Amino acid sequence: MVLLSDRLKSILRGRPLYEEAGLSANGGHHLPHFVSKPAGGAVLESRQSRGLDQFFGSFRDQIGLSILDLGGACQENVNFITSLGHKFYSEDFLRIFHETFGEDRADQSNSGRIDYFLRQSLEYPDEHFDGVLAWDALEYMEPALLSATADQLLRILKPKGYLLAIFHSAERKQTSPCYSFRIQDLRTLQVSRCGERAASHQLFNNRGLEKLFHKFESVKFFLARDSLREVIVRK
Amino acid sequence: MSSMSSMPMGRIEPDSSRGGSATIGKAVKIAGQIFSREDLYVDGDVEGTVELMDHKLTIGPNGKVHAGVKAREVVALGVIQGNVEASERIEIRKDAKLVGDIKTARIVIEDGAYFKGSIDIVKAEPKPAANQARQQSAAPAPPAPVVATAGAGDTKR
Repeated sequence: MVLLSDRLKSILRGRPLYEEAGLSANGGHHLPHFVSKPAGGAVLESRQSRGLDQFFGSFRDQIGLSILDLGGACQENVNFITSLGHKFYSEDFLRIFHETFGEDRADQSNSGRIDYFLRQSLEYPDEHFDGVLAWDALEYMEPALLSATADQLLRILKPKGYLLAIFHSAERKQTSPCYSFRIQDLRTLQVSRCGERAASHQLFNNRGLEKLFHKFESVKFFLARDSLREVIVRK
Repeated sequence: MSSMSSMPMGRIEPDSSRGGSATIGKAVKIAGQIFSREDLYVDGDVEGTVELMDHKLTIGPNGKVHAGVKAREVVALGVIQGNVEASERIEIRKDAKLVGDIKTARIVIEDGAYFKGSIDIVKAEPKPAANQARQQSAAPAPPAPVVATAGAGDTKR
């Protein structure tokens, strides 16, 4: 009821929808799906995320954990994670991926290039992180690179550590849109589309994902609308 | 050999246009330790360490700092490669690049900035003596020196 009256007031005042998103984040309300437009011009979509809920739910009542965000640093995620008392680590994984391989898919099978890429992006001590937010960074990799990356993620995660990954489609496509993910609250993500990349030949259906993460202790899927799969993997 | 163009050798002097802060211009390269008792604007190359315990360090868009940095406030528009301790806040602006670990009380990261490393948020400790010094520095006073302890021949034109 409060939410409805806030929205009505916003409409009557001619207030842009993205300001409502701010209200939602601050007020702790969970708005249903809507689309807003931030200052940068990219289209933002607020969506519920059960994967995110599970990810941070597993760290409830703990502080001082090490959380790696592979989506590059953004203010929202830094604020959210550090406000929970955790240490935030940032890697702009897709940027390094693009700088290393460009559009050359064949290069993603070259073991030398794979080693170089993993040294650039995931060179951390063994069992260093309690959690890794991979977002959709794994979705654009060819099978050989993907498998090596999954092994590396397994290595840097602590036992009982969690990984959150998102896959947009279980079907093979030529290209796949890429997104940035900003944490709005424990259950809500702001998702903005930031271009398109060549899609992987890997199939990201349940069986494919189970195979990819077979060295981990458990794999849990959440199938959301728009064929989005949120995957929580536990070491 | 540096391709940087003519400028007096290693000259670091206060820039009146920046309210009394010292400036390392874009044609200057310093290797060594920098301690400053006033704000510092770096638009050149610095390798080593930079310490401005109660002051603000700004890395300009042409600035490249390969150094450990300690300051009250850090604003990055250029490149920092090294660990940064900013007792009050750090701002990483759009197009800036920071590779290193950050310890600070507050952080601002603009979209488009590149950051690789860790962020530790530590509560700012109240420093009455430091605040007093800052108030005093607001009053007109002779410019405090920037001490650049450079290795032999490290300051290049």
